[in-house]
Amino acid sequence: MSAHPEPLARGGEPPGPPARARWTDEQVEQVLGGLLRTGVLIAAAVAILGGAIFLAQHGMQVAGHRVFVGAPPELRSIAGIARGVLALQSAAIVQLGLLLLIATPVARVALSLVAFLIQRDRLYVVITGIVLLLLLFSLNGGPA
Amino acid sequence: MTILLFSVLTGIGAFAAGLLGALTGLGGAIIITPLLTIVFGVDIRYAIGASLVSVIATSSGAAAAYVREGYTNVRVGMLLEIATTIGALAGAYLAGHVTTSALAVIFGLVLLYSGYRSTKPLAEHVTTEHADPIAVKLRLNSAYPTPAGMQPYAVQHVPAGFSLMFGAGILSGLLGIGSGAVKVLAMDQAMRLPFKVSTTTSNFMIGVTAAASAGVYLHRGYIDPGIALPVMLGVLAGALTGARILTGARPQSLRILFSIVVLVLAAEMLYKGLTGAL
Repeated sequence: MSAHPEPLARGGEPPGPPARARWTDEQVEQVLGGLLRTGVLIAAAVAILGGAIFLAQHGMQVAGHRVFVGAPPELRSIAGIARGVLALQSAAIVQLGLLLLIATPVARVALSLVAFLIQRDRLYVVITGIVLLLLLFSLNGGPA
Repeated sequence: MTILLFSVLTGIGAFAAGLLGALTGLGGAIIITPLLTIVFGVDIRYAIGASLVSVIATSSGAAAAYVREGYTNVRVGMLLEIATTIGALAGAYLAGHVTTSALAVIFGLVLLYSGYRSTKPLAEHVTTEHADPIAVKLRLNSAYPTPAGMQPYAVQHVPAGFSLMFGAGILSGLLGIGSGAVKVLAMDQAMRLPFKVSTTTSNFMIGVTAAASAGVYLHRGYIDPGIALPVMLGVLAGALTGARILTGARPQSLRILFSIVVLVLAAEMLYKGLTGAL
């Protein structure tokens, strides 16, 4: 990430009541909490949909989880999951739901970063930015 | 066993774990992996993948309820997240490079510690003086709502808390758990945050820490939709049901039951790990 941005010129701000110029930590948390719950519900709904189709197609096959072979390679990356969903594969739709779930805390950190930017809290913009970069590193596979 | 039956049975087991975790306040995800490996014979790598996904679901699902109470210290949480996410990446890396027997033994030891801790509820305390100069500089000191109004508190021993959080992150990434007990320990015992602030801030951090290992797990193939889905849905439903049932104090008898379950699973994990059966 590049250096954190300089505060916006005052004249560039949209007009509004002073009380709304800066959010308090509590207001930010209220909004984020609601967003997180919505994210979980959407993720669960997508995963349930995929799971229902998956069980209808494969429910009567024998389960095999005793030996580790790993999830199919196409379900191990964001790009692979996206391709599977576009091809309407049920396992990929489940995996998309799980991926959305994993993304909810990442979204929360990203939105916290925006909130700290609005609050012009440079120190915490940097701290939150570091956490976000670490999370994005992990979503791309992390250490080899 | 057919996939349908497997899904239903693991879902029921996960529901029970989530319910017990919510009712005792001790988190149910720690018993998911032993349940899957010992009872269902699932490979431990699939089990920790499913467990980690469940941790994220309960953490994010509970967040809305927690923030309404106004106890979470976002600055403390975000600062310590640097330690937990680096630890989680390291732990997830290690998980792919140690034997499954070693994983089982480490898991057994962590279960033993959790069983011991769960019998000792932490007491509420507030420190208002002698803040760590680092805490002042990073503006970590805050206040939280009490019946008597806003109660200010001072944060202590930031480096010790940060180091403990690195350890919590490693355990989380290595074993697919939330490490809530270690996180609360770091904030409550080392940094001397009020208990309610520690527990809610810990919940906030658990989801972010778990997400830092989840990406690595996904790329390694530990997150298998056939196991992760029923387990995640079961734990989430159990946790939400538990939160709804719960009014006021957490019953002591349930804590004891939870401790016994945890100790039995710990013994089993240690035995199987040491004999190479896992």
